[in-house]
Amino acid sequence: MTNGIPRSIRSGIAGLLAGAAGWSNQALADGVNLQEPASVLARSIYDLHTIITLICVVIFIGVFGVMFYSVYAHRKSKGHKAAQFHENVKVEIAWTVIPLIILIAMMFPATRAVLEMKDTSAADITIKVTGYQWKWGYDYLQDGFGFYSTMTTPMAQIEGREAKTANYLLEVDNPLVVPVGKKIRVLITANDVLHSWWMPVFGVKQDAIPGFVRDSWFTANREGTFRGQCAELCGKEHGFMPIVVEVVSEPKYVAWVADQKKRAAAVADDPNKVWDLAALVARGEKVYANNCVACHQATGKGVPPAFPPLDGSPRVTGPKADQIHILLEGVMKDGKATAMVSFAKQLSDTDIAAAITYTRNSWGNKTGEAIQPAEIKAARK
Amino acid sequence: MTSATHGLGHPQHAPGAHDSHDDHAHGPPSGFMRWVSTTNHKDIGTMYMLFALMNFFIGGVMAMIIRAELFQPGLQVVNPDFFNQMTSLHGLIMIFGAIMPVFVGFANWQIPLMIGAPDMAFARMNNWSFWLLPPATILLIGSLFVPGGSLSAGWTLYPPLTVQQGMGMDLVIFAVHIMGASSIMGSINIITTILNMRAPGMTLFKMPMFCWTWLITAFLLIAAMPVLAGAVTMLLTDRHFGTSFFNAAGGGDPVLFQHIFWFFGHPEVYIIALPAFGVVSQVIPAFSRKPLFGYTSMVYATASIAILSFMVWAHHMYAVGMPAAGQLFFMYATALIAVPTGVKVFNWVATMWKGSLTFETPMLFACGFLFLFTLGGFTGLVLAIVPVDIQLQDTYYVVAHFHYVMVAGALFSAFAAVYFWIPKWTGRMYDETLGKWHFWLSMIGFNLTFFVQHFLGLAGMPRRIPDYNLQFANFNMVSSLGAFLFGGSQLLFVYIVYKCYRGSGEKAAANPWDGAEGLEWTLPSPPPYHTFETPPAVK
Ligand code: HEC
Ligand SMILES: [Cu+2]
Repeated sequence: MTNGIPRSIRSGIAGLLAGAAGWSNQALADGVNLQEPASVLARSIYDLHTIITLICVVIFIGVFGVMFYSVYAHRKSKGHKAAQFHENVKVEIAWTVIPLIILIAMMFPATRAVLEMKDTSAADITIKVTGYQWKWGYDYLQDGFGFYSTMTTPMAQIEGREAKTANYLLEVDNPLVVPVGKKIRVLITANDVLHSWWMPVFGVKQDAIPGFVRDSWFTANREGTFRGQCAELCGKEHGFMPIVVEVVSEPKYVAWVADQKKRAAAVADDPNKVWDLAALVARGEKVYANNCVACHQATGKGVPPAFPPLDGSPRVTGPKADQIHILLEGVMKDGKATAMVSFAKQLSDTDIAAAITYTRNSWGNKTGEAIQPAEIKAARK
Repeated sequence: MTSATHGLGHPQHAPGAHDSHDDHAHGPPSGFMRWVSTTNHKDIGTMYMLFALMNFFIGGVMAMIIRAELFQPGLQVVNPDFFNQMTSLHGLIMIFGAIMPVFVGFANWQIPLMIGAPDMAFARMNNWSFWLLPPATILLIGSLFVPGGSLSAGWTLYPPLTVQQGMGMDLVIFAVHIMGASSIMGSINIITTILNMRAPGMTLFKMPMFCWTWLITAFLLIAAMPVLAGAVTMLLTDRHFGTSFFNAAGGGDPVLFQHIFWFFGHPEVYIIALPAFGVVSQVIPAFSRKPLFGYTSMVYATASIAILSFMVWAHHMYAVGMPAAGQLFFMYATALIAVPTGVKVFNWVATMWKGSLTFETPMLFACGFLFLFTLGGFTGLVLAIVPVDIQLQDTYYVVAHFHYVMVAGALFSAFAAVYFWIPKWTGRMYDETLGKWHFWLSMIGFNLTFFVQHFLGLAGMPRRIPDYNLQFANFNMVSSLGAFLFGGSQLLFVYIVYKCYRGSGEKAAANPWDGAEGLEWTLPSPPPYHTFETPPAVK
């Protein structure tokens, strides 16, 4: 993209040099193998990988032992004369049949693991996971609450203005919480493009496909906080939609669910409440930071031409119905959806009202007008 | 185009064209038009190779940008969107612009010489299939400069992300169409040439292995490229004409694209690998001074790999989610490919066994190929195992795996081919010392770059991300340093090739290698502009 190049010239070399020094102290010990499993399934995958890799290494050493012996012993410079054989049916049959037998042997444990992986029946808890550009949504279907989970690593760390912390890029505002030892079935889907929900320690990776629901499962066998990432390219912030799962004891989980339910009730604001401007702007700033900055930027300047500026946009400061319509319906161009998708399902009336009020009263935009949740409610449908 | 009138009308006699008929022997017209209008397989072969070299460097610069961004955690060099454009274009350009054309270049130069034919069967179409390619590259590179930038959804072009892209995507789709058409024409030419124009006595089972692998590859191309063309056309209509092939809201399915894409994509892997196998099957016997072991089984192994390659596509899609029966079928079929591939590796090692080995640069690259490609084959086997793949799909392990197969496989074998045949093409020996430097620097740089990526993938680093957690920092830095070394050493290659074409270096004999056999080595180096106008006799 055209605006990538100038930036590279500006900060490229300087950044490389400056960072190299600070980086070396921060680096943790890098792993060289699959992460320590935290579920039965991940454990069988781990062992399967170890066995297969070992078999491969042994064959590799065997074959290349022969090659290197030949490289060493059959050199012309050592005066070795070339033999002229070029066929040996017995040997050829042997090296077709023996690998076949080894492969068949490998397929037994592999098949068992596949069948285990596919068995999503008899789950204790079912959670729906939805991929969005660029955050995850979790819905606890049996308990009727849900929330979004967004990366919390600040831009300042990403751009090197602050020291990077241990969970750099792998930290979120609202982790998924599950009880230890319970079979969790995850239903995975997406809202916009493909994503993939990947938790290495549980051995779960399932693509999230818009319009389709796929499932997978895990049973965490120890408590702790575990981290994963989106594993299917989903646009420019693909590297910035981590997954954090907290595995807690059963009583803690029960308490957490009760708390979430209470909070969900409290957050479901009364759409008829009348807000004052300052309160709406304050709330709108948060909504904007969680839902809009990725494209329109904190400065409101966007990333033209892909993402238009909101600062100074006549569609933002003009008649309010315009922007309400944009947020509820998304923007269509030439009959197809643009990156500006509808927020009608993701955000409550209050949140949408707050976001609009914020954009109309921030940066250079000064309409001084508060949009009330009731207006959004009225504009829906 | 101004030189058009100048170039055409001045035929010159090819020096030393001993086997051409005097009255209609003509050399190339001179100047620019020689290259535009040429129907000579040698000229076209040379153009293919130079074109591939240029793309190799364009794609290489993109790789350097990627590795510079990943040198350390944080965003330093480019923004994430531009990063994604680099990974996407790097893949497309290296596959369609560099690796495939360079092997077509070898085919053009070598197949007629190896089977004793005067030229390719459809000489005019040969010219056309080459000249389709530069416009495709212009579209690909040009897409970087249109509003919204180029394709940033990966070379695999998965919707719905590719439906979201700007007009750069349309340019990429057209480029893919054009390159596909070019490949199909090239393949028709190769098949026809091999089946119809062999010198008397050159039966199919006397053909050099390189011709066999290309014959089979050409069939793969004809079967696979139209599938890709169909897939990208459906993308285009989804983008602009309101169809919903890949849109669930309209009754389509995004996963359908992946099935169609990989139905092309997996054979594509072998389209790239088989000619590389062919090259190595020429080079190893030559420097072992011993005939290729198990020629017939090599042919059958190649054919079975080709057939199996159409039955394994979904092993790229285990994480998409499919029924257990589907996963098991694709796992078994994929594992089965290891058998014929193993046969080839064993045959090469057996060819070296008890030979009289020397290690000139082509042989070094062929051994490098054998060693590293096999390693890539083994990681492929690991990835074939569904549950393991679930952990490794879309991580750096996969990136490492396919670079072992594509770079250490196809690219190293292409280097072997160039060093092996460049004395024939230019009449000059390359600089052996520099060639060895090129090999060892490439070998070290390549492994520094890609070996550590296995660890990154295992430890959990996804691919296609511009920034990563600190636990991945060490290996990423090693990988980037390796990449800079690997990239930089390719300049040496250009210099070595340039020296040969400039005509410096020792004059090459008709057969500069004592172990090399085949019709091409019976011709002078360089061969006259027209060769085998009267077919040679093959016993
Ligand atoms: C995924 C990227 C993305 C996100 C997230 C996003 N937008 Fe947009 N937005 C766009 C794009 C792209 C357009 C331009 C659509 C067009 O006209 O083609 C746009 C257009 C707009 C416009 C119209 C601007 C104009 O001048 O035409 C408004 C208002 C707007 N967005 C508000 C918001 C708000 C408020 C949020 C957060 C709740 C938000 N957007 C989140 C991508 C995004
Ligand atoms: Cu994602």
